[in-house]
Amino acid sequence: MPEPVIVAQNLVKKYKDFAAVAGVSFEVAPGESFGLLGPNGAGKSTTMRMVGAVSTRTGGDLRVLGLDPNRHGPEIRSRLGVVPQADNLDTELRVRENLLVYGRYFGLPRAQVARRADELLAFAQLEDKAKAKVDALSGGMKRRLTIARALINDPSILLLDEPTTGLDPQARHILWDRLFRLKEQGTTLLLTTHYMDEAEQLCDRLVVIDKGVIMAEGAPAQLIRTYSSREVLEVRFGSDLNADVAAQIAGMGDRIEVLPDRILIYSENGESELVRIVEAGLTPITSLVRRSSLEDVFLRLTGRTLVE
Amino acid sequence: MSAAQRALDAAQTAPPPGSVGDRAIRSTRRTRRWGSWYVAEHRFLSLRAYAQTVVVTAIGNPVIYLYAMGVGLATLVDANLGADAVGGVSYLAFVAPALLCSAAIAVAGDEFTYPIMLGFKWNPVFFAMNAAPIQPGQIINGIVIAVAVRMFVTCGIFYGFMLLFGAVSAAAGFVSVFVAVLTGLGFGALLMAYTATLTEDTGQLAMVMRFIVLPMTLFSGTFFPLAVLPVWLQWIGWISPLWHGAELARVFSYGANEPVWLGMLHVLYLGALLALGWIWARRITARRLNK
Repeated sequence: MPEPVIVAQNLVKKYKDFAAVAGVSFEVAPGESFGLLGPNGAGKSTTMRMVGAVSTRTGGDLRVLGLDPNRHGPEIRSRLGVVPQADNLDTELRVRENLLVYGRYFGLPRAQVARRADELLAFAQLEDKAKAKVDALSGGMKRRLTIARALINDPSILLLDEPTTGLDPQARHILWDRLFRLKEQGTTLLLTTHYMDEAEQLCDRLVVIDKGVIMAEGAPAQLIRTYSSREVLEVRFGSDLNADVAAQIAGMGDRIEVLPDRILIYSENGESELVRIVEAGLTPITSLVRRSSLEDVFLRLTGRTLVE
Repeated sequence: MSAAQRALDAAQTAPPPGSVGDRAIRSTRRTRRWGSWYVAEHRFLSLRAYAQTVVVTAIGNPVIYLYAMGVGLATLVDANLGADAVGGVSYLAFVAPALLCSAAIAVAGDEFTYPIMLGFKWNPVFFAMNAAPIQPGQIINGIVIAVAVRMFVTCGIFYGFMLLFGAVSAAAGFVSVFVAVLTGLGFGALLMAYTATLTEDTGQLAMVMRFIVLPMTLFSGTFFPLAVLPVWLQWIGWISPLWHGAELARVFSYGANEPVWLGMLHVLYLGALLALGWIWARRITARRLNK
């Protein structure tokens, strides 16, 4: 195995008595696309900031590109691209200027930064917005500009903290496409998300994180195989009836989860479970058979849904 | 031994030549050395967004103040008290160096308040800089550099008008520009540090302007010698950077009579304020960015 670019061992971050990250261990190989999946407040962003060498760890060990963030913060950051959760573009500058100014922070010569800025504006599909004010951009465009800015130094690792939160579906797909290209070019991606479809799309491997600890680790498909069934049958009987019905169908499928608005029946074959329910004389208002997703893995591991 | 353990151990020693870590260490030397200047460069670019205000105040301020105080009010003062009654020179010559210093204070009021709030909160570019190899201390250094340059330009223009109005009589008059910049930075560094502590603007900065900057301007021997005030009010002058600056600027612009030790004290006091504010601001910024 090649030397990992990120190694975290028992990583801890405490704020007074509260442990935002309570002993997290993982490794990321070069070129890998690694995800931290978890709900809000799980400790994902805090982990990201420690890896990004802007937040000092309280305990444990951390190496990024073979360097210790406590000693070589600026050096590590010189090889990272960071896309924070909230865009922090400079709204006092124009679109292209944002890239130019940022490139200088890496000690790059002006001419090189200018060339790179033009390439990245093309990559981010923002060529005709070069002179626009940042505030005039849509949410998706701002996000792409933030990613372009993060790439100005041709980073070894790209850190993305909830890259598509708050974007409309079309903007998300454009962004995923850009990130996929980077992945193909061999950029290591570390991303946090609370969207399971995003994790499934982009991550080779991920950890499910909740309350500052890792609940499970693996490739998305592998996690689904381990913690869920192949298919899920979702049935709705109306909020008042769900609990009663759940008692009647107990024992069906591999496992049943009762949510406030619906019942999930985990099974290798969703259709046949539906037939059994109907045969039992029950008629759901709606029914849906789908493949298991990371959402189900998360529900299984934590008893809660990802997006609340 | 696992690859992870090897990576952890390797970081205890210098990374092997040619590795990513080794290249990162070499390529970051430039930012370690010049980072503060990159931040200053960024500030200059941002300054363009309000370049008009900067230019208009730099030119309008001296014209208005020198005319109103140095010509308008001076006519009254000189007519009633005699031509050389205040400080042994014309009222214009007396008041001009103090106005020069307060022009630097005005720049400090512009640059060390909202742009700092902006960088931490409303347009959080400080976090973006820090995500790049820029260190918190370099952000503060860069701001101080950029503001010092703006102060030099503003005070230089102001001094030009002082010459034009005939308010300078000593050969070393131009030194008062440096004194003014030191005054502005001494006061400004503290203001910057204070602003850096604010996480919310609930009117604190407006209060600072109203209850610190304004009284300081009025009671610092700006428009009349401090000795005119009752003793129990003179302390305002003694702690006021503007008083120290104005007194020193007068020495250079018209040769005001002042013992050498007092001149030294002015420089030391302003220098100490600058150092204190600067260090304090760097600390707060380091703390706020490292969450």
